[in-house]
Amino acid sequence: MNYNWDWNIFFKSTGIGSEIYLDWFVSGLGWTIAVALMAWIIALLLGSVLGVMRTLPGKVLPAIATAYVELFRNVPLLVQLFMWYFVVPDYLPEPLQIWFKQDLNPATSAYISVVVCLALFTAARVCEQVRTGIQALPRGQSAAALAVGFSIGQTYRHVLLPQAFRIIIPPLTSEFLNIFKNSSVASLIGLMELLAQTKQTAEFSANIFEAFTLATVIYFVLNMSLMTLMSLVEKKVRIPGMMGGAK
Amino acid sequence: MDFSQIIPSLPSLWDGMKLTLQLLLLAVAGGIALGTVLALARMSNSALLSGFAKAYVNYFRSIPLLLVITWFYLAVPMILNWITGEFVAVGAFTSCLVAFVMFEAAYYCEIVRAGIQSISKGQINAAYAVGMTYSQAMRLIILPQAFRKMTPLLLQQTIILFQDTSLVYAVGLIDFLNAARARGDIMGQSHEFLIFAGAVYFVISFGASSLVKRLQKRLAV
Amino acid sequence: MSMIEIKNVSKWYGDFQVLTDCTTDVKKGEVVVVCGPSGSGKSTLIKTVNALEPFQKGDIIVDGISVGDPKTDLPKLRARIGMVFQNFELFPHLSITENLTIAQQRVLGRSKDEAMQKGMHYLDRVGLKAQANKFPGQLSGGQQQRVAIARALAMDPIAMLFDEPTSALDPEMVNEVLDVMVELAHEGMTMMCVTHEMGFARKVANRVIFMDRGAIVEDCEKEEFFGNIDARSERARQFLSKILAH
Repeated sequence: MNYNWDWNIFFKSTGIGSEIYLDWFVSGLGWTIAVALMAWIIALLLGSVLGVMRTLPGKVLPAIATAYVELFRNVPLLVQLFMWYFVVPDYLPEPLQIWFKQDLNPATSAYISVVVCLALFTAARVCEQVRTGIQALPRGQSAAALAVGFSIGQTYRHVLLPQAFRIIIPPLTSEFLNIFKNSSVASLIGLMELLAQTKQTAEFSANIFEAFTLATVIYFVLNMSLMTLMSLVEKKVRIPGMMGGAK
Repeated sequence: MDFSQIIPSLPSLWDGMKLTLQLLLLAVAGGIALGTVLALARMSNSALLSGFAKAYVNYFRSIPLLLVITWFYLAVPMILNWITGEFVAVGAFTSCLVAFVMFEAAYYCEIVRAGIQSISKGQINAAYAVGMTYSQAMRLIILPQAFRKMTPLLLQQTIILFQDTSLVYAVGLIDFLNAARARGDIMGQSHEFLIFAGAVYFVISFGASSLVKRLQKRLAV
Repeated sequence: MSMIEIKNVSKWYGDFQVLTDCTTDVKKGEVVVVCGPSGSGKSTLIKTVNALEPFQKGDIIVDGISVGDPKTDLPKLRARIGMVFQNFELFPHLSITENLTIAQQRVLGRSKDEAMQKGMHYLDRVGLKAQANKFPGQLSGGQQQRVAIARALAMDPIAMLFDEPTSALDPEMVNEVLDVMVELAHEGMTMMCVTHEMGFARKVANRVIFMDRGAIVEDCEKEEFFGNIDARSERARQFLSKILAH
C-alpha cells in the first residue's frame, strides 16, 4: 500500500493563496448552514400552512395541499434540484432571467436554486407532520375552541397549533436534521458547501480518508448539536402535566 | 416544449432504468439482510454487539447518503487494493451498491427492530417453551410475524431508496436520471427529458406508495 | 419421586425482590395448584421452572436436571416440559396444523408424517379436529387454548405447566378448557397450575400452594387447604374468601 496518512493535512497550504485546507472546510460548513437554515425557515412556514390546509373542512384546500405533498414527495430531490437550477430559470420573465443568469454570481444563483428546492421539498414533509399533529389532538379541542366563540383562524392559532407543534417536535427535529444532510446535493450544481469542499480536498491532497473522516465528524457533531438544541427547545416549551411533561 | 425526441430515445432510457432497478433490487436485498443482522445485534444481550450496532446506525443516520456514495467511490477501490495487494477495477456500480447497502441497512435496522419489538414477549416465550433455540425462535416464529407487520414500512423505505438511487449521478453512473440528462443534451431537448424523467419517477413512486397504502389498510383490518 | 424440585429460589428485578426463598416440589403424577393475589409472584415462579424467567439464587431440578446450571441445554429441557400460557400464544402466522407440528419437526426431529399423526391425535382429543386447517385468529379463545394444550401434549411432555390458562377467557369458555385439564389430571399427567379456579383445585389437585409477595405462604394437601380454613394464614383466608365469594 502506498497511501500516505497525514492527519496534519488540514493545516497545510492548499497551494491557492494562503489558504489551508481547514479554511475550505470552514467555508463549506458555512454554506451548508446557510442553505439549510434558510430553506428550513421557508419549509416550516410553507409546511405549516399546507398542513393546516389539509385539516380544513371543505374539499378544495385540502386537495391542493394533498396534491402538493404527493408531487414533492414522489419526485427525487435531485430531479427537483435540476428543475430549479436548469429548467425553471428559462421560463422566468426576461429581466429576472437575465438577473439570475448573468448578474448574479454563480454561487448565488446556485444558492437560490438549492434553497428553493430544499424548502419546497421539505415543506411537503413538514406539512404531513403538522397534519398528523393536529389530527392527534382530541376532537373536543376544536369543538371547545369554537364553542367559546373563536373563529377557525383563532382556533388554529390559539388552540390547535400550539399543541400540535409541541407534539411533533421529535419528527420535526429529524426533518431539520435531514435538511442539513440533503443540502449536500448542492455540491452537484457547483455550490461549494461541505461535501463539495471535502471532495475537492480529497482530490487536491490525495488524502481521501482524512478528508472524508473530517467531513463525517463535522456532520456528526452538527447532528448532535442540533439534536441537543431541539431537545432543549422541547423541554423549554413543554407544558406541565401534558404528554409526559412535569406535573 | 418539444417532446418529439423522447420516443426514439426510449431504448437508451430503458437501459438507464434497468441499471436503476438492478441497483435498487440488490440494494434492498442487501440492505434488509444487513439491517436484520444489525437489528438482532442491537437487541442482543451482548453489550459489545448492541453497542456496535447502535454506533453503526447512529453513524450512518447522521451523514448524507451523497457523502457515503462519493466516499465509497473513492475509497472502495483503495481498500480492496490494500486487502488484495493488487489493483482491482471495482467500478462505480459496485462501489455505489456497497454504499447503498451499508447506508440503507441503518434505516432498515430501525424498521426491523421496531417490527420485532412489536411482537409480544409471549410469542418468544411460547417458542422457547416448546424447546426452540434462539435462532429457531427468531427464524420460525418472530421474524415471519415481524416481517409481515413491517412490510408497508419496508416498502415505503424502498420507495425512498428508489428515488435516492438517482444520486449515483454524482459518480457518473448512467442510471435512469443520468441517461435522460445525457440523452436530452444530445437531442438538444434537455428540459423536456428532465421533465419526462421527473414524470416517470413520479408515476412509479406515486403508484407504488398508493399500493402500499392500500396494503397497509388491508393489514390493519 | 420428585419430577420438579424447587429449592430456595430467589429472584430480583434490580433491587426489587420478586421471589423470596421459594421451596416446593411436584411429584410424578401429582397435580399442584398455585394460587395467590395478582403480583404475588406465582406466574414468575412457574416460569422459572422452564427457565423462561432466570433466577439469581437457589436451584430447580426437573427430572434430575438442574435448570440453573449454565451447562444445561435449555431448549432440550424445555422441549420435555409442556407449557400453556394465559394468552394462548399460538403462532398466529401458522395454521393450527403447523402450530401442532412445527416444534415436533424442528425440535424433536420427527418426520412430517409422525408429527402430523401425533398432532391430529391430540387435536382430536381436545375436540377440534375439524379446525385443523384454520388459523389461530379464526378460533375462539377457548378453542385456541385447547389447541395450545394439544400443542404442548404433542411433544410428549413429562410434566405440564399451566400459567393462568383460563383467566383471559370469556366465562362461558372456561369450562371447555378446564374439562380438558381435568381429563389430563385423571390420566396421571404431572401438572403445576397457576390458577384461580378453586373448583378445579378441589376436583383434581393433590396439593395447593398459596403465594403472597413473592413467597410461598401455604403448601399443603388439598383436603387440609380447603377443609381446615381456620388453620390457614390470615392472608390466605382473605384471598379465599374473596375468590370463593364469586
